[in-house]
Amino acid sequence: MDLKDKLISSFIAFEDNINVNDPVHDIRSEAIKNFELKGFPSKREEAWKYTSLNSLQKIDFSVFPKEEKALEYKDIKKYFLHEIDTYKIVFIDGVYSSYLSETTHDGVDVCLMSSALTKPMYRQIIELYFNKVANTKESLTSLNTAFSKEGAYIYIPKNKAPRKPIQILHLATGNEASLMLQPRNLIIAEENAELQVIERHQSLTSNEVFTNSVTEIFAAKDARVDYYKVQNDNENASLVDNTYVDQKEKSVVRVHTFSFGGKLTRNNLNFYQNGEHIDSTMKGVTILDGKQHVDHYTLVHHAQPNCESHQDYKGIFDGRSTGVFNGKILVDKIAQKTDAFQQNNNVLISDTATINTKPQLEIFADDVKCSHGCTIGQLDEDALFYLQSRGIPKKEAGALLMYAFANNVLESVRIPELKTRITRIIANKLGVQLGFEL
Amino acid sequence: MLKIKDLHASIEDKKILKGINLEVNAGEVHAIMGPNGSGKSTLASVVAGKEDFEIKKGSIELDGADIEDLAPEERAHEGIFMSFQYPVEIPGVTVTNFIKTAINASRKAKGLEDMPANEMLKKIREKSEMLDIDRKFLSRSLNEGFSGGEKKRNEIFQMAMMEPKLAILDETDSGLDIDALRIVANGVNKLRNSDNAIVIITHYQRLLEYIVPDFVHVLHDGKIVKSGTKELALELESKGYDWIKQETMV
Repeated sequence: MDLKDKLISSFIAFEDNINVNDPVHDIRSEAIKNFELKGFPSKREEAWKYTSLNSLQKIDFSVFPKEEKALEYKDIKKYFLHEIDTYKIVFIDGVYSSYLSETTHDGVDVCLMSSALTKPMYRQIIELYFNKVANTKESLTSLNTAFSKEGAYIYIPKNKAPRKPIQILHLATGNEASLMLQPRNLIIAEENAELQVIERHQSLTSNEVFTNSVTEIFAAKDARVDYYKVQNDNENASLVDNTYVDQKEKSVVRVHTFSFGGKLTRNNLNFYQNGEHIDSTMKGVTILDGKQHVDHYTLVHHAQPNCESHQDYKGIFDGRSTGVFNGKILVDKIAQKTDAFQQNNNVLISDTATINTKPQLEIFADDVKCSHGCTIGQLDEDALFYLQSRGIPKKEAGALLMYAFANNVLESVRIPELKTRITRIIANKLGVQLGFEL
Repeated sequence: MLKIKDLHASIEDKKILKGINLEVNAGEVHAIMGPNGSGKSTLASVVAGKEDFEIKKGSIELDGADIEDLAPEERAHEGIFMSFQYPVEIPGVTVTNFIKTAINASRKAKGLEDMPANEMLKKIREKSEMLDIDRKFLSRSLNEGFSGGEKKRNEIFQMAMMEPKLAILDETDSGLDIDALRIVANGVNKLRNSDNAIVIITHYQRLLEYIVPDFVHVLHDGKIVKSGTKELALELESKGYDWIKQETMV
């Protein structure tokens, strides 16, 4: 049985354990129908031209983990940003771990999707927001919606901000030979609310893991959301991350994606601007080697006038790694005075690494400022020589230059400890021990 | 200290240096002058170890040892320093962190521990004061957004910190106004001593009014066509390079 058939038949078993009379379940039933109709995306589709899910579909993934496994904090501490105090929502093989988590209902809700989907007190909010910005036509999003049950639920009321950043950590223990996970996150920032989220998926063994994640983010008027995705998973972990952002007037949402590892990573990042004077920022640093593959597929839909979007993705590719950047900017006729900026710069370290970069602009308004640029190059020999002539060995010199290349993406990281952590991962990735903290 | 014998160097089969002979001893300052395209910067780059150039013939010795097979960083560890005409910008790495990295890389190559932080800071303070460098400047990203004068001053600051045996200053005067020139030149003069040597590469005589050379060489078409003392620089200034070109034609 292939993965699609397995998932569809699993849906019946899934229904055994949930309340099928819940209105949310109608959404799930619709979604599984759409997935059944469309199946996994194939390379024949333009949007998936450079990323194939074929080999993943041949793996016999467990859809529900058979038994729970406990983990000690000391064993997974390193995957947290533990230098600062944070709220934590932790899942082990898709199951919530209250022992490792720190949630709150103190003025804000930082808790679980399973509670939000089932408890009457959240019903109104779920009706307003659940599956409202996610693309219901997209098959993998539908697949996730069909199995949506657990994930992070964050609700920040008007004028509120949680006392500290929130970390969402998805751990795969390798308890199953191969496991498919489908976390579903819902993040709502009401008017003038503010929050910072760090999200990470981490497999603890070399067993196969395939995560198909959906995150919906709603930013109301004047809300400010910073979302950081740390992707540094091991060689048999694959991730399709579908993130949908709905923004209202004067809101600011910044998503940073740090892609440093994993077998196959596909980031579908979609911004919908539904108000004026919105600021949407998407930034990414990708550093790959071996046979790793990362595909950034971004969309910004400028649907109202006077909004901005900024995209800045930097990629460094070594070994036989492959990278994709596809950035789509859609400007409606009404969206005059749009200021859309997109940049994708890449450095190929080896002769066998590949990058495919493609800007896609569809502009129907006539008074807009849209700029885009992509570059693919090697390390600047003159710059290398300069550093070497100061006594810095070639390898370290190369690492410093790559750091400098990726640096401006880090500048907008607003949690200093996270910035330090990321720079350390970068130095580590580049295989150098620099004599100072970058 | 530096002994260049019959040096021929090419880039992509284009011959640039066509038999250079030059000997620089400790305590000396040499100026190498010449028109554009005569091979001045190539000579500097070849001595510093830039790999784009291929040495076809001849030799470069530092203190009696051949250095042709050494990587640029190894030459730096041996005490060769080149001040760049166009220093590179490194966003996100401060001047201070860069100089620490450079100094400790050289120390590591010599089997020494990192320079203790307080010693490093003391040295940075001393040398930056000598060159009239503002403290704020040191926490800026290396060369990023620096004016021409700031870049050159920063090069000489690095020279002061690294205390090289042999410093090659490639067009250090270009892009400098007279005040900046004076500061840079004073800095270089303070670094002169009987154990080190300085080679100044310049198109104009201007810098040599401040850093007085012991010897002046004129480079033309990849060869040193004339050598003399500081008076030669003045003669070049008044007569121009055509005079040399004509003379060599004859």
